[in-house]
Amino acid sequence: MISPSYLHRQGLLSWFLTRDHKRIAVLYMITVTFFFFVGGLAASLIRIELVTPNGDLLTADGYNRAFTLHGVIMVWFFLIPSIPSVFGNFLVPIMIGARDMAFPRLNLFSWYLLLGGGLFTLLALLLGGVDTGWTFYTPLSTMFSNGHVVAVICGVFIAGFSSIFTGINIIVTVHTLRAPGMTWMRLPLFIWAMYATSIILVLATPVLAITLLLVAAEHLFNIGVFDPRLGGDPLLFQHLFWFYSHPAVYIMILPAMGVVSELITAAGHKRIFGYRFVAWSSVAIAVIGFLVWGHHMFVAGQSMYASLVFSLLSFLVSIPSAIKAYNWSATLYKSDLTLHAPFLFALTFIGLFIVGGVTGLFLALLAADLHAHDTYFVVAHFHYIMVGAAVAGYFGALHFWWPKITGRMYSQLWGKITAVLIFCGFNLTFFPQFLLGYLGMPRRYHSYDPDLQFLNVLSSAGASILALAYALPFFYLLGSLRWGERAPMNPWEAAGLEWRVPSPPPVHNFDAPVTVDFEAYDYSPEARRDPL
Amino acid sequence: MNERFLHLWPEQASDYAVSVDWLVIGFTAMMALFVVPVFVALWIFIWRYRRGKKADRDHRPQSNLPIELAWIILPFIGSLVIFLFSARLFFFARTPPADALEVQVTARQWMWKFQHQGGQREINTLHVPARRPVKLTMISEDVIHSLFFPSLRIKQDVLPGRYSMLWFQAEHSGTYQVYCAEYCGTDHAAMLARLVVLDPGDYEHWLQDNGSAADLISQGQDLYRQYGCGSCHESGSAPPLAGVFNRPVRLSDGSEVVADDAYLRDSILLPQKQLVAGYLPIMPTYSNLLDEEAVQRLVAYLRSLPATAFGDSK
Repeated sequence: MISPSYLHRQGLLSWFLTRDHKRIAVLYMITVTFFFFVGGLAASLIRIELVTPNGDLLTADGYNRAFTLHGVIMVWFFLIPSIPSVFGNFLVPIMIGARDMAFPRLNLFSWYLLLGGGLFTLLALLLGGVDTGWTFYTPLSTMFSNGHVVAVICGVFIAGFSSIFTGINIIVTVHTLRAPGMTWMRLPLFIWAMYATSIILVLATPVLAITLLLVAAEHLFNIGVFDPRLGGDPLLFQHLFWFYSHPAVYIMILPAMGVVSELITAAGHKRIFGYRFVAWSSVAIAVIGFLVWGHHMFVAGQSMYASLVFSLLSFLVSIPSAIKAYNWSATLYKSDLTLHAPFLFALTFIGLFIVGGVTGLFLALLAADLHAHDTYFVVAHFHYIMVGAAVAGYFGALHFWWPKITGRMYSQLWGKITAVLIFCGFNLTFFPQFLLGYLGMPRRYHSYDPDLQFLNVLSSAGASILALAYALPFFYLLGSLRWGERAPMNPWEAAGLEWRVPSPPPVHNFDAPVTVDFEAYDYSPEARRDPL
Repeated sequence: MNERFLHLWPEQASDYAVSVDWLVIGFTAMMALFVVPVFVALWIFIWRYRRGKKADRDHRPQSNLPIELAWIILPFIGSLVIFLFSARLFFFARTPPADALEVQVTARQWMWKFQHQGGQREINTLHVPARRPVKLTMISEDVIHSLFFPSLRIKQDVLPGRYSMLWFQAEHSGTYQVYCAEYCGTDHAAMLARLVVLDPGDYEHWLQDNGSAADLISQGQDLYRQYGCGSCHESGSAPPLAGVFNRPVRLSDGSEVVADDAYLRDSILLPQKQLVAGYLPIMPTYSNLLDEEAVQRLVAYLRSLPATAFGDSK
């Protein structure tokens, strides 16, 4: 007998009051998609403005508000919740053989916090506007900015609790709800990545919350914490902010790395090369990631010796990332490779991540950073990681698990076209920015030197391709809900518990209790002569 | 050459800039060494092992410790070598020579103000001599700014309430673009300046043509008189100032500090912050009478005072 799928019950209330991790994942997916398009709209404004060297589309304040909105929305309401909240929620219980998350009510509450905080922030950004940049540097944000700084801070503060609760939920779920036989070394690497991410979410987000409260207190009550005129220290803000915000980058990229480990193995139908190294590298990134925040402050006025130490530690944190990249490519050796759309997204991830990671090392290199800091070189670098790689990871996950989530297949052709367009559009948008940055174009400039126009036009041209590529899945994936074929249980012939339940899964995931007696990536150690 | 259409490499106005460029080029080459094999391997494996293609897929490796260690250790050692080169350059860039020509910089939304030792003042343009080290002592009157010389490959944030330092030695005369690199509000993108590097002879002419009646020290002396600093500091009711610069000062909390630029500035604007031992906290703040530029002049005067300046001060 087959129990009804989790999508079976109808009615809005059945969604808004659900405690099913799979439904909450779908709610998150709709929410972050909305914020992705809002943030993308602001990005388009920025790139259109920069087609000409003079600031002629937006006013200076309008431009500053546009990039602040873009940063705030993309960082806190798309990138950070994207993979952990959508795919973490959907997959963590199924992948470890559990019926749900450890705290289903807290899980739903987390979604309301993100939605509420997000809408409140968006309203404040649109009605009053904030021109501090997403970094809220003091004393600009506390004493000199106009706009609704405190309201935006409140919105981010609220959404922060969504992160913390989701992190706690995932940690407790992985510790307590693994099915019998699902040992730590049998966990899919996506779970390792989500676990490491959750540690960061739980440890770093409270520091951001405290920092933002202090900014609000200084802004509202003139309590001197960061403003030197009140006896504060502006560098203290930067230390606290980057203590959160550097690990936050790993919140965005670690889950995507976990996704790529799943996509590569599923496409190659082969166990990952160096499972233990890939698994522990996620934990290493989470731990070392907490010790490198000072590389954002090489020119800020911190001590020269502190800068030397932070530079060295930043080289260290690149090692676990390199381990992953090398192991992914080694996994394809003697594989049995199907070139479906999710795999192309994984390749896009690897290509963009390597460029982003390597250029990050240029910025960790002290003498190079004195020049490249706060220029478009930095903008290009972190977009390669946070947008190029992380969004490719998110889209890869979307294309890989879409049949599981919705029970429908989508057009492989359109998926592949999108992956290729993203790769090309992204490089055309952001590679010229490395050159612009090294030429000295500072970031957050509303107008610029006319000598730099050609590279800016290239970048904007690429952005229009990228915008199209990011919008495409919205249409063909939604279309698949109506016209797509019904998805089989295991369309990719992949290993993993989620492929042993129907598509879409039943309400309680498994009809019978699960016992695990197989390793992760349980593919044949020898070549498979006949299909599954 | 059509430079306006497409120029891809920034000008090099100093030897340091040349060194940084070589560091970057060298590091790029090394990174290519570690990265290109990944891309090549990916393409080869995708081609050889795609489904349906006949290939040897038996005895698939699951892990290999020597290989793992090799691709962990080799890139790390390589990067460490470059790190050391970079650290040496960084140390050089952050350590000004003692004989550097000093220029005082004050930043505010949205302009750069420069004061030369000879009393010359400029806004958004900085004239310096070629082939001579120049040290900038910088402070902001409002938010954080950052003085960025792309052609010299250096920048440094300019903070409110704290002096920061930047030094360089430009080799080639010419005019170079200067930016504010730290986002500072509405007209951040318009907070531009020019660096004019002059050959030493031209620089002397420029100093003379733009010389004011008084140099920075005598301007500071005027302020010293105008605000009556001496009435307390020369009478014994406040600490004597003759020869105070760079000397250790014992504070009322028992600690000791060196009377550097920052200490002298803070003592004028925030007199209660570090009280000299043995004196009453009677000095009012001058923060509403003196702006940062005036403080720089006053500090220049205090720095110039020899220990015997006011014969009777003991």
